[in-house]
Amino acid sequence: MKSKKLLLPAAIAGVLAMSLTACGGGGGGGGSASSGGGLSGDAANNLDGRGPITYVQGKDNSNVVRPLIDKWNAAHPNEKVTFKEQSDQADQQHDDLVQNFQAKNPNYDVMSVDVVWTAEFAAKGWLQPLKDKTSIPTDGMLDATIKSATYNGTLYAAPQSSDGGILYYRSDLVPTPPKTWDEMMSMCSIAKAHNIGCYAGQFQKYEGLTVNAAEAINSAGGKIVDDSGKAAVNTDQAKAGLNNLVQAYKDGNIPTEAITYQEEQGRQAFEDGKLLFLRNWPYVYNLAKTDGSSTVKDTFKMAPLPGKSGPGASSLGGHNVAMSVYSKNKATVSDFLKFITSEETQRFYATQGSLAPVLTKLYDDQALVAKLPYLPVLKTSIQNAVPRPVTPFYPAVTKAVQDNAYAALKGEKSVDTAISDMQKAIESAGAK
Amino acid sequence: MSTELQKPKTTAGGGQKLPGRESADRKEATQGRWAYTLLAPSLVLLAIVIIYPVINAIVMSFQKDSGLDATTGFFSEGGPAGFDNYIHWLVQQCTAPGGGSVACPPGTLGAQFWDSMGTTFFFTLVTVAFETVLGFWMAIIMARAFRGRSLIRAAVLVPWAIPTAVTAKLWFFIFAFEGIANKLFGTQILWTGSEWPAKWAIIIADVWKTTPFMALLILAGLQLIPDEVYEAARVDGASTWQRFRLITLPLVRPALMVAILFRVLDALRMYDLPAIMTQGANGTTTLSILVVQQIRQGFNTAAALSTITFLVIFLVAFIFVRFLGANAVDAATSSGKAK
Repeated sequence: MKSKKLLLPAAIAGVLAMSLTACGGGGGGGGSASSGGGLSGDAANNLDGRGPITYVQGKDNSNVVRPLIDKWNAAHPNEKVTFKEQSDQADQQHDDLVQNFQAKNPNYDVMSVDVVWTAEFAAKGWLQPLKDKTSIPTDGMLDATIKSATYNGTLYAAPQSSDGGILYYRSDLVPTPPKTWDEMMSMCSIAKAHNIGCYAGQFQKYEGLTVNAAEAINSAGGKIVDDSGKAAVNTDQAKAGLNNLVQAYKDGNIPTEAITYQEEQGRQAFEDGKLLFLRNWPYVYNLAKTDGSSTVKDTFKMAPLPGKSGPGASSLGGHNVAMSVYSKNKATVSDFLKFITSEETQRFYATQGSLAPVLTKLYDDQALVAKLPYLPVLKTSIQNAVPRPVTPFYPAVTKAVQDNAYAALKGEKSVDTAISDMQKAIESAGAK
Repeated sequence: MSTELQKPKTTAGGGQKLPGRESADRKEATQGRWAYTLLAPSLVLLAIVIIYPVINAIVMSFQKDSGLDATTGFFSEGGPAGFDNYIHWLVQQCTAPGGGSVACPPGTLGAQFWDSMGTTFFFTLVTVAFETVLGFWMAIIMARAFRGRSLIRAAVLVPWAIPTAVTAKLWFFIFAFEGIANKLFGTQILWTGSEWPAKWAIIIADVWKTTPFMALLILAGLQLIPDEVYEAARVDGASTWQRFRLITLPLVRPALMVAILFRVLDALRMYDLPAIMTQGANGTTTLSILVVQQIRQGFNTAAALSTITFLVIFLVAFIFVRFLGANAVDAATSSGKAK
């Protein structure tokens, strides 16, 4: 009886604690085994396989995927594509892909992959290198989009859609847009005279801050990682770049509340007429033109991001389409990748889904420009774009950039310390 | 009290003297066999959904995360790690670029372990304290008989009925710079952009959401106290304060302790509110947020962290049950039999 009395509380405590934390421990094993330089292991199998395949992508909000797949299926009755739709949360899409790759699921044949995941998946050996039998034509594609799909000199995915930052400005207050950062800062007196904020981007501590900090650093001639993926941020140029943001925040040229801004809050402030300049993605254009609450419908225009002495280096958004090494029908998948990157499909993406094409020539297409007036500006933006760090340790790298850039913005540490901490944190991510 | 009530239960079967001793033994044996047969499905289920993941997580926590092979550019298996993953968290040491170890630099998850441990306990202490006091107060109001009581009871439940993620989004908008909170008070506070306001924003949201839970559990305890006790006390001339302190508090204590235990365990694994409201910025990263962020960087290190979290919560639960007399099972049986 006595021992029972002692055991009971412990048992209850144990079961309670377990049931409360068990969900934290899930997940599968580690990464998959490595394969050598040439095609080996799963990457060498089923190269000529043909048959039905499954295409995996996050929620299809603008109904682009189904019409495309219907079109493909009509032309390929024996190699039909099934659409597996994931959630609309990027993190969940990422985790779903990782789980299916780890399970070597042959039914995840071809998938849409965020540009920043491509290197990670490639390094895990999950993506089929697009060379030899599975190669795709890449001529006519924007350079930055190809770079985002390339890991260790090999193309691992087909660029699907792109995205770049744009500077929105109040054309009624600023007749000619600033070409450089310094020029923009000198125009902030106009904002002060009208009692509005001068410049804002995305400065809350999340992925958007990585995008904005990377743009500041790249525009000033710095870089976050070098071509081999090693930390290379501890340079004077990178410090100067981050310092531009930090100084602007300190001076009030970036309004205090901008540190809580994601894309939407910035757009809201701009549409309310409270900002002179806004760095945001192309999607803002349509909303700012048509929103009932927008006060700047006819008084804003777009320009490339300002840089050091010319257009700035935008961070690259968008998606790539990748082929799983575990697919049984790689020849079909290869054809499907060509179909996705074809001019016709790219045009459809742009008209139906407002997705920025990866083919350079579509940016000058008169019919498309009439529909999406931001295309010429976006072309400059993407032509000068730098992919966010292409590294298999992206989650750790983006954390290192966010945490330290945020601390510098808030004045918790100096720019020098922030950049040197950033360097050390990125190095430590790769050292495991 | 609880032991006395339990006794008949644990000795049932053996306690009844039947004419034939043998048949009693047989009955006991059959009953035992039956009991196991009936328990088996739930034990199997527990083994699958609780014991297997926990053991698997512990096994994983002793493996190294896969590392990048510099020559091939591919990840390769990490191999056994011993206690390295645990040491990594507990002393916040990261692998140095050239080998060996250094203190984790700011901007890595490893550098945040003790901070987030502190944050987690801070949130737990403060929110549970507020929730207990407010929950008690609400329970006392709801226990009274007055017109519209059922309306109040239903209304109080609303915050608890809303999914936490929705609650978090709701408060995210309330605490936005242009949000209602700042408009209402005419302030210009960066609620989610600076340390203490961010912490308080989360505490307020959590208290708003979970006080009803506390109130209901306490209300259940209050309703078990027979009116006669209060009447007798009143006849003896006890003041309201004396009645509360000498009757209500001691008699509601078992229910109260269980409610606090549940809330503490819940608060120790707080995830959704800070994850959505601040994304862990400004000193609001809890242990659970750290685990989820680490999962994306390496499963095995994350397994070590969630095992540490598990042990911490286990310890807290143990202390509660063993030393503070919060016993979920005893309280349930005693409240069932008290009537």
